[in-house]
Amino acid sequence: MAAINRDDVAHLARLAHIEMSADELDRMAGELAVIVDSVKSVSEAAGDDVPATSHPIPLANVFRDDVVGHTFTAEQALSGAPDSDDNRFKVPAILDEA
Amino acid sequence: MSTDEILSFDEAMEKYDPVLGFEVHVELNTKTKMFSSAPNVFGDEPNTNVNEVDLGMPGVLPVVNKTAIESSIKIGLALNCTIAESCRFARKNYFYPDTPKNFQTSQYDEPIAYDGYLDIELEDGTVFRVEIERAHMEEDAGKLTHMGGATGRIQGADFSLVDYNRAGVPLVEIVTKPIEGAGSRAPELAKAYVAAIREIVKNLGVSDAKMERGNVRCDANVSLRPHGRERFGIRSETKNVNSLRAVEHAVRYEIQRHAAVLSSGNPVVQETRHWHEDTRTTTSGRPKSDADDYRYFPEPDLVPVVASREWVEELRATLPEPPAERRKRLKADWGYSDLEFRDVVNAGVLDEIEETIAAGASASVARKWWMGEIVGRAKAADVDPGQLGVQAATVVELSRMVEAGKINNKMASQVLDGVLAGEGTPEEIVEKRGLAVVSDDGPLLEAIDAALAAQPDVADKIRAGKVQAIGAIVGGVMKATRGQADAGRVKELILEKLGVTA
Repeated sequence: MAAINRDDVAHLARLAHIEMSADELDRMAGELAVIVDSVKSVSEAAGDDVPATSHPIPLANVFRDDVVGHTFTAEQALSGAPDSDDNRFKVPAILDEA
Repeated sequence: MSTDEILSFDEAMEKYDPVLGFEVHVELNTKTKMFSSAPNVFGDEPNTNVNEVDLGMPGVLPVVNKTAIESSIKIGLALNCTIAESCRFARKNYFYPDTPKNFQTSQYDEPIAYDGYLDIELEDGTVFRVEIERAHMEEDAGKLTHMGGATGRIQGADFSLVDYNRAGVPLVEIVTKPIEGAGSRAPELAKAYVAAIREIVKNLGVSDAKMERGNVRCDANVSLRPHGRERFGIRSETKNVNSLRAVEHAVRYEIQRHAAVLSSGNPVVQETRHWHEDTRTTTSGRPKSDADDYRYFPEPDLVPVVASREWVEELRATLPEPPAERRKRLKADWGYSDLEFRDVVNAGVLDEIEETIAAGASASVARKWWMGEIVGRAKAADVDPGQLGVQAATVVELSRMVEAGKINNKMASQVLDGVLAGEGTPEEIVEKRGLAVVSDDGPLLEAIDAALAAQPDVADKIRAGKVQAIGAIVGGVMKATRGQADAGRVKELILEKLGVTA
């Protein structure tokens, strides 16, 4: 059984901005452990002769030429914004700078 | 804002050994963004260089900009890196309004370039090798402006306004390995390293490389350890140090601050620090997140980038001569002394002198004009010498007129003023201003007689063989002719008159 405890789930929930009740945290700790174990069994199935797969589709180098395409006007860009000011998105001040 | 204790730099160096590390972000100057075809242009009206991909609307798919990949490979090659045969993008997940997608598309476990190095030349010519860990591709974030509050800083702001024009602009992040052994030259090395990166990306033509516009941004990591200890100390990361001078100051300040913390017996807190140009200090930012907190995973909407060896070699063949090698070559070609050459580099007239020599001037004449005449004028006008508008051909024409004895140096300087004032070509100005060396010996001889009569003791000295005293007489003649005489000819005539052979 993978070690996913309640604190791990609470930490993940905070990172993902998901509000979870005490009951949900308890339940999820158990469920996530099962999921992690299931994923682990996949890596056990693949032997050393199976190369790691980066992407399920056998494609590489899907590129675009560096040519300017379409853009929105500021009005279009802001049309779905809950709030705006001076042609910019208006958001609450957030102290935690990324 | 609390003020941190600091030790003097000398005391810090006595007690501790600094270890540095840098993350330099370079904005590429592609026409479009990394994953969308919206224009990559600085300074446009807010939220006009965006489309659905940049705004992270549901269902959109990113497509990689081929030119951005090529620029990234070029940067990797210029930093002596290995270019990955295959690499991929990853999602770095975080919630902050500078990214509307709630993740930044970046590279994590498979950077496009890794294991390189850069030899950095310090001011006295010492070469210091900085090892490059990796150079990876990512996208820039939108720009937040914090509104309200008294300071304009984030603390105390009421709300923030977001412009996504910069969101999705291609970035290459260059990460060094820990830099050990710089000792007291750490601040100088920091500045020289960032200057070298800026020079390289500018020389490659892959970035506008303007630090004041944020095209090149530096995060500086500093840690200290007691002399002789191998294990690194706890580091701080000072974010967004965006001028060369600031990089030097920030590293110096953090060394002094860490030294004070450690000397008082406390541990350094691992955190990001914010640099303040006005006070030249840093303040505490947030505690550094673990990489785990970003929950990186492979970007499912993008396929791997495979750089065939043929493609890499094709790109390598297009690389310009590295700036450091070019300087070495030019110095040897021109025959300047170490000091002369360093002055030329520091004055920022390397390109101009090269052009002037290519236009037909000798190396010494080109240096004399740029360093002696033009740099000073640029300084007075508060512009870069290259922006003053002096053409290489003008310098060549002026020097030819001097060599031909048509005008002297003093007049040539006046003609240059005329050129800069837009009065015409040197030839036209000489004519218009009536500048010409007096070469008719008659008036010169009169002036010489007068100068000799005015300073009989000097005349005696020259007669007695002290030829170096002649300067006083020449000076008198030049004064009498208001600088219009050919000093060389005056000297000849004086010696002739006094019957002395030089």
